[in-house]
Parts: sequence; C-alpha cells; structure tokens
Amino acid sequence: MSSTLYDLIGLAAGVCFILALKGLSHPKTARRGNLIGAFGATVATLVVFLYVTKPKDGSPAHSLPLHNLGWILGAIAVGLAIGVPAARKVQMTQMPQLVALFNGVGGGAAALVAIVEYLNLGADATTAEVIFTVFTVVVGCVSFSGSIITFMKLQELMTTRPVVFPGGRFVIAATLAAVLGVSGWVVAALGTTPLLVLAALSLLFGILFVLPVGGADVPIVISLLNAFTGLTVAASGYVLNSTLLIIAGTLVGASGTILTRLMADAMGRSLFGTLFGAFTAKPQDVAAAGEERPVRSGSPDDVAILLNYARRVVIVPGFGLAVAQAQHTVRELADLMISKGIDVAYGIHPVAGRMPGHMNVLLAEANVPYDQLAEMDEVNPTFGQTDVAIVIGANDVVNPAAKTTPGCPIYGMPILEVSNAANVIFLKRSMRPGFAGIENELLYDPKTMLLFGDAKASLTKVVSALKAL
Amino acid sequence: MEPMAIVSIFVLAVFVGFEVVSKVSSTLHTPLMSGANAIHGVILVGAIIVADHSHTNLELGLSLAAIVLATINMVGGFVVTDRMLEMFKGKKKEADK
Repeated sequence: MSSTLYDLIGLAAGVCFILALKGLSHPKTARRGNLIGAFGATVATLVVFLYVTKPKDGSPAHSLPLHNLGWILGAIAVGLAIGVPAARKVQMTQMPQLVALFNGVGGGAAALVAIVEYLNLGADATTAEVIFTVFTVVVGCVSFSGSIITFMKLQELMTTRPVVFPGGRFVIAATLAAVLGVSGWVVAALGTTPLLVLAALSLLFGILFVLPVGGADVPIVISLLNAFTGLTVAASGYVLNSTLLIIAGTLVGASGTILTRLMADAMGRSLFGTLFGAFTAKPQDVAAAGEERPVRSGSPDDVAILLNYARRVVIVPGFGLAVAQAQHTVRELADLMISKGIDVAYGIHPVAGRMPGHMNVLLAEANVPYDQLAEMDEVNPTFGQTDVAIVIGANDVVNPAAKTTPGCPIYGMPILEVSNAANVIFLKRSMRPGFAGIENELLYDPKTMLLFGDAKASLTKVVSALKAL
Repeated sequence: MEPMAIVSIFVLAVFVGFEVVSKVSSTLHTPLMSGANAIHGVILVGAIIVADHSHTNLELGLSLAAIVLATINMVGGFVVTDRMLEMFKGKKKEADK
C-alpha cells in the first residue's frame, strides 16, 4: 500500500471521528455517531496491518507482514476478551466507574507507547520529538493513576470525601516541580533511568492530584483526564508521524475541555475551584453525629393518602433510586398516579446520579417516557404549584445548603427547589448524608415527611396502598 | 511531516473539537464523554506501530501491554457507549407511539 493511500485512509478515519462527536451531541443522531466512530477506529486499525511505517532509528521500512504479528494479534485478542465482556455486563449504575477505568487504560497505553518510542529514538531524534515523548509519558501516567483513583472513589473502594492531609498542597507542588525538573533532565540527558523516574513521579502526581477532589466533583475530573489522554494521543501522533493520531487526539482534547467546562457549569462549579478548592479548604469535621434532631417520618399509607389528593406531583430521582433498582417500580407508581388524573413529572437534575446525564440513562433503561422527564430549568418554576415532591434516593441535588451556606462543598450548585412544593417526601435508607457528605436541613422542615427503608420496597408498599384507596 | 503542517492540523482540529460539542444538552454529557473516551483508544494504532518497531523483549513486552490496554479502551468504550444510547433509542420509540 502506498503511503499516500495510507494517509488518505487515516484522514477518512479522522473525518469519521469528527462526525462521531457531531452525532453524539444530538439525541437523535447519537447512536449513529457512536457507530461512525467505531467504524473509523476499526478501519484505522485494520489499515495499520497493511502498511509498514519507517522505524525511528533510521533503518529502512521492512516488507509486510509486520514484525511480531502473532504477538500483536494475540494482545488484541486479550484486550477484546477483557474489554467487551466488561462493557456488556456492567450495570448502568456502575458505568461512570467503567468510563473512568477505560480512560485510565487509554492514558496508560499512550504512556507505554511513548516509553517504547523513547527507547527507539535514535541519536538523530529532534528535540521536539523528545519533548513530545516526555509530554506523553507525563500526562499519560497522570491520566492513568488519576483515573484509577476516580474509579476507586466511585466504586467506593475508598472514601468519597476529599482526602486532605497537612501540608498536602506543598507535597503536591513539590511533586509537580520534581516532574518538571526530571522532564528537563530527560530531555537533556536522554537516558532510560531518568525516564522511568519521571514515569514514577508522574504516577504519584496523578494520585495526589485527584485525592483532594470531593466525590460529587469526580465526574468533572474524569472528563478533564479524558481530555488529557486525548492530548497525549495527539503528541504520540507527532512522534509517530501519524496524522490520524494527531486529529483524533486533538479532537478529544478540545471537545473534552469544552465538555469539562459544560459539566462544571451544570454543577455550578468553577473548574479552578473543583481542582484546587480542596487545597484551601480545612479538613472538615465529620458532621456532629451525636446530635439527634426530630424528623417527621411517615408510613407508606400516609404517603399514599398524600399522593391520592395531590393534583401535581414531581418525582425527583437520585442515585439511591438506581442503587435500589427501583426505576421500574417508580414508573409503576407514576403510571398509577397518571391513571388517577394526577399531573406527574420527573424533575431531573443535570448531575443526578453520578455523572451528568446519568439519570436519563437509568430512567431510559426503565422505559420512562421521554416527555415526562423535565430538566431543572423547566421544572423549578413549577414547584410553587406542586402539591407533593417525592425525593427518591437523592439528597445533594435538593439540598438548600447549596444556596444558603457559603463555604459548604456544594455551595453555588443549582438545585431542584423542592422546598417550594407544598409537601416534600423523602424516601431514604437512613439519615446518612449524600455523596457530598453534607447535612440537609430540608429533612428537618415541618412540611417534610420521611419514609425510611429500601427505595424499591417502600415504593412497592406505596403503590399497593395507593391502589387500595 | 512539515512542522507547519502539523501545527495547522493541530490548530484546526482544536477549533473543530470546540465547535462540534459546544451546544450539547446535559442529557448527553455521559454518552459524549464515553464516546470521546473510546475515540482516543485509537492510540491502538500507535501501539501496533511501536510493536512492529520493537527490537528487544522489553520493548515488545511494553508495546504488547499497550496494545491490550488500548484495545480495552477503544472496543470497550464504543460498546458501552452503544449500550447507553440503545436505551435512549428505546425511549424515543415509546415517545413516538
């Protein structure tokens, strides 16, 4: 295959990726967009087997087939055997973790490619090539270890609260300085040992960088690391002389940056505050646990009676709903209320669940009709005319502290203003605070009724009580 | 490749990347992140190229590890994005009825 044809096919794959991102930005074309992207990536991968690129060490390109072909195919088979079942079997509630993990391994792959390429760089390597290689190793390693930490936070293998330790910011600053210093050393000295030291330091920096980020902000960080990985791929493209990698990597880097900003906006956070807020915050005291305050708890029958005489009900689903696998039961309840002539809507916070848009995916899985889902800006003005707001397994997204308590971790985040409804019902497992770890004053409000227990069991009881009325 | 050509490609790709996702609703943030994530799995191409260039067992071992990781990223990413979007599609049909 001629090099022109090879480059043209690479360009076509790059165009596929642009169309993929374009398609993914609109609900109607999203699935097709993803398939176009997959098609482009498949073609790009197949074509590599038909064309031998010239090695960096100056030796001429050998003839087909590729060296180590058996090993390469074997490694792809291993990757397929791990990646496909993981992607097919993961529960929708655990998807944010999986995306974090996939992003991490992508960053790891880019870093490994750069390390091998570095070992292969001959004496005639240009300074630019060395700098791009070093950049890929650093950012790829940060993306890898940072993503692993976000995975552990989301999977709750470690605390979801910001991890802040005394002098933490100095340790982080020192690590960053060391990373930059060693980068200079690698560029100047061209040795294997400095490169490995650099990789280790970068991994450490990735961990330290993500540890202080609070649980609720983790999606923003995943998106940012995703953009980082994109940039490493673009830098690899420069070193490997591949237009395709430059286009694909830059696209992901740019769109990932915009997406990160959009997400931060939806959560009412500044990107800077998210990343560096924990450095300035004092380690928080765990909310005074001993203090018992009166709450009004009700029975499923009380809830059913309240609903039966309501004209308008807004359901606010949160991650707790998904954990209890109660999406289908909540739809049953909504259908029953609609059949009784009650106006029902779902109020969806942009970051309900664990990631922006996550709740829409979860409710779609339960076949909740699209027209019943109302976005925050749409539903907030209607709470004044709402008789009952049912908050199911959500907490932070309705917490008035976001408006009233400057300095609390979610301050400034737009919330669903359920406190404007005539009655508020919380379905909760316990009085434990939400993912962000903040007390919710609304729970103690006189117009709030709490129904404790597993969301699915509680909803089932409410449904049968409502049927009996 | 000419450095100027590379810089041009880079700058244009940045603007295209900004443009295509500038007006996306929050509903699609998760699938979009996941899809973009799958696209950078195309580093698989780079991993295969360096595996071809490997001279030593160390280099080959590292490249093969990169191939495994990149394949997981790329294929897993597209599959999981499709699974998410499939549900959106089902919802659309229901709304059309």
